[in-house]
Amino acid sequence: MARDPQAALIALNRFGFGARGGASGDLVNAASDPRGFVKAELGRPNGALLEVPGLQGTPALADAVFAYQDEVKRARDAAAKPASETPPVEQPGQTRGLSMNGGDAAMSAPPSSPPTTGTGMAPAAGESAAGMQAKPAQPQQPPNVVQKTFRIEALARLQRAVLADCGFTERLVAFWSNHFCISAGKGELARMWAGAFEREAIRPHVLGRFADMLKAVEQHPAMLFFLDNQESLGPDSRAGQNRKRGLNENLAREIMELHTLGVGGGYTQEDVTSLARIITGWSFAGRNSRNGAPGSFVFNANAHQPGAQTLLGKTYQDDGLAQGEAALADIARHPSTAKFIATKLARHFVADDPPPALVARLDAVFRTSNGDLRALTLALVDSDEAWSAPLTKIRSPYEFLVAGGRLLARVPEDPGFYLNSLNTLGQPLWAPAGPNGFADTNAMWAAPEGMKLRLDISAQLASRLGNNLDPRDLLDLVAGDATSTETRRTIERAESRQQALVLLLMSPEVQRR
Amino acid sequence: MERTTTSLLTSRRHLMLAGASFAAWGYLPKFARAADQRDPRLIVVILRGALDGLATVAPIGDPDYAELHGAIALAAGGPNPALPLDSFFALHPSMPEFARMVSAKQAAVIHAVATPYRERSHFDGQDVLESGFAGPGRVQSGWLNRALEVLPRGPRVAGALAVGPTAPLVLRGAAPTVGWAPVALPQADDDTAMRLVDLYAHRDPALASALSQGLKLEKVAFGDDMKPKPGGNQINAMRQVARGAAKLMAADDGPRIAALAFDGWDTHANEGGAVGRLAQLLSGLDGALAEFESGLGPRWRDTVVVVATEFGRTAKINGTQGTDHGTGTIALLAGGAVKGGRVIADWPTLKLASLYQGRDLAPTTDLRAVFKGVLADHLGVSERALGETVFPESAAVRPMKGLVA
Repeated sequence: MARDPQAALIALNRFGFGARGGASGDLVNAASDPRGFVKAELGRPNGALLEVPGLQGTPALADAVFAYQDEVKRARDAAAKPASETPPVEQPGQTRGLSMNGGDAAMSAPPSSPPTTGTGMAPAAGESAAGMQAKPAQPQQPPNVVQKTFRIEALARLQRAVLADCGFTERLVAFWSNHFCISAGKGELARMWAGAFEREAIRPHVLGRFADMLKAVEQHPAMLFFLDNQESLGPDSRAGQNRKRGLNENLAREIMELHTLGVGGGYTQEDVTSLARIITGWSFAGRNSRNGAPGSFVFNANAHQPGAQTLLGKTYQDDGLAQGEAALADIARHPSTAKFIATKLARHFVADDPPPALVARLDAVFRTSNGDLRALTLALVDSDEAWSAPLTKIRSPYEFLVAGGRLLARVPEDPGFYLNSLNTLGQPLWAPAGPNGFADTNAMWAAPEGMKLRLDISAQLASRLGNNLDPRDLLDLVAGDATSTETRRTIERAESRQQALVLLLMSPEVQRR
Repeated sequence: MERTTTSLLTSRRHLMLAGASFAAWGYLPKFARAADQRDPRLIVVILRGALDGLATVAPIGDPDYAELHGAIALAAGGPNPALPLDSFFALHPSMPEFARMVSAKQAAVIHAVATPYRERSHFDGQDVLESGFAGPGRVQSGWLNRALEVLPRGPRVAGALAVGPTAPLVLRGAAPTVGWAPVALPQADDDTAMRLVDLYAHRDPALASALSQGLKLEKVAFGDDMKPKPGGNQINAMRQVARGAAKLMAADDGPRIAALAFDGWDTHANEGGAVGRLAQLLSGLDGALAEFESGLGPRWRDTVVVVATEFGRTAKINGTQGTDHGTGTIALLAGGAVKGGRVIADWPTLKLASLYQGRDLAPTTDLRAVFKGVLADHLGVSERALGETVFPESAAVRPMKGLVA
């Protein structure tokens, strides 16, 4: 295939996380065979898995949270003998502060660089962590196990994204993780499990079957906790009768509305309530549970609503856990699900208003392949539309920051800069405001305040790194012959290397994908 | 393009020197109603997640309320009594500031309201609430933005304030808006910023427009002790955002129209009654309203704050001491320009037969009538524009009269 600079930009930016700096040769490789460059990552067995020493499974993480909570309680009881009883679970300051904690050097720049901006970040971050109660003299609390775990998980994900060849697999992981999002803001367990949820429920299936991912997600303790299903009891179940409690339809509704059929996908309020009944008993073992290891999925038959249920016109006999699994399997292959997923995938990778022909083709592939996500992904890469549509989408804050790290060839050793910047830009890692995840449109991310803050973050980065790099070289690495005359001229005429680097990071060539 | 660069640069420096002023920004409005010398300000607060209206303004006079809302129902007596608004409705005890405004006749409640949306998806519900269209799926512009476009000519209103890193849909659209978020961050220098605006102007007009608007606002908000302190808890965050917005809007040439969104109202489990999770959130909202009042100072006299949410929650609590997605809920009005001191409701009652689909407070007032009433009487938007442009195909929904003093 002939060298095609524009196609190389599409391969790297539309599908990947952008060209890496240094001697990667990404742009040249992508130009010689753009589609092959994108697909290369997909051929690696288990290429989406993230197995790094130090990352633990969900039950082990639950043990650690419970132990930590016990310790906090003991310390509090000891400190304040006659004290008032304050609720132990909600500690918003603590959980929220975590991701802002710690003044980390920008993108983990090497120690030789003067740490001006790094220390400049620190007061801001410390202030964030302490919120309105910020007291200058307050000694910094060492991070607790929840905060530490979140940072370890975040770092592993960031390092993978910065180092990946093209980054297409990691983009797919981020897409599906946002589709099936939980929020770390729900509480300590959610924050503790956010990374594990993605590793255990999303990554194994991004090139597998949609039905398998759906089942893994809806049975993962993090999702059950996030959408309250462990609290939902069948009104006629033994537990419901004993405890005078009943249904919570939160998870059931979001399964249909957000995870599969989509709004308008042909379900009714009755279907929501039916599915809520069907999945009563889907829970996870808590501390001191007799049903299983704490933090593992359990089907609690005592909480399960007895009897057959009708969902989307089909009757499901009550065979316990299997009732819900059968229902999920049917929902996974529903035509509305195919259409919903096809549209969302095309919107993410191609355009806010994706070409209808592309959506129709992806829809058909999803249906005929029975939700084979590898087939779906290949259909996207093989489409003409993905290579002819102009690069009109703006990178999300996460995509922008990772692209910056790749271009500057800085492998993060600490996630602080990324986590702080994501908070600032309105995309806190694994913590969207609602179960619909972060929006995926230019209206969301190309807003005035967001662009202004991107500029400030680019300036911070450049003030740390800018004088050691030649932005003209970087421009050739990141966009090469696809660079516009105006961008090249603007960078060449900059008054300093540092300023040129800011302009490069903010250029349409880097911001658009 | 040199010219653009220079003028923007000048304006940005000027803003920095002038502190809290928008003087150099050409398209911020001088907006005064010639007839009565009023200079109205409007703030729309969106509560995302569906506020439990029955828990916020409780119909304690309704014989079915206490049983339906069960353990989380408010009561006139007990350790945390609800604050009586009249003989029938009582306000959540964590909103003393709003209660004070009601007794000062500067705040009102409209109960049993809903948008035309009758399904129960948050996101579609929010789209309908904010877009002003009768159904979901229209997300290109919001009703507040379209109201700016049809404001009476002469007073040229071209900028409004969207608080937060991204603009809420209600204020998105063709009329130019600016945003501000309370974030502490070292700034990029002016020269770099202007070079970038210049590059965008040549290569990427959409980014040029977004960035140049973003650059103008933050200087004002940062003028002084408004040192942003993000993080903290959600309650403080609400107060803080309100404080910053009020400061910007209090300036003589500051924006007149703002929109904010507060998240977190989706109380499916352990909602809490007089104390608990919802109580905390309401306390944050109450604090934000108080910040608007104090921050706007003498401007409060001409201000209307509208608080609205996408839909209500089930009348009967669910199996987990919370409430699921419902229909009818409340809207709140606060501000010196509000004809307050009352709860406006065509009360449908909470009898089982009256509940919408046997589960939700039945809506008896179209929320658009409330918005229209405010836009008509406070900003002078014509009824025709309200029925055609601002809230398309809604001519049958008449503006509610007498909301503004």
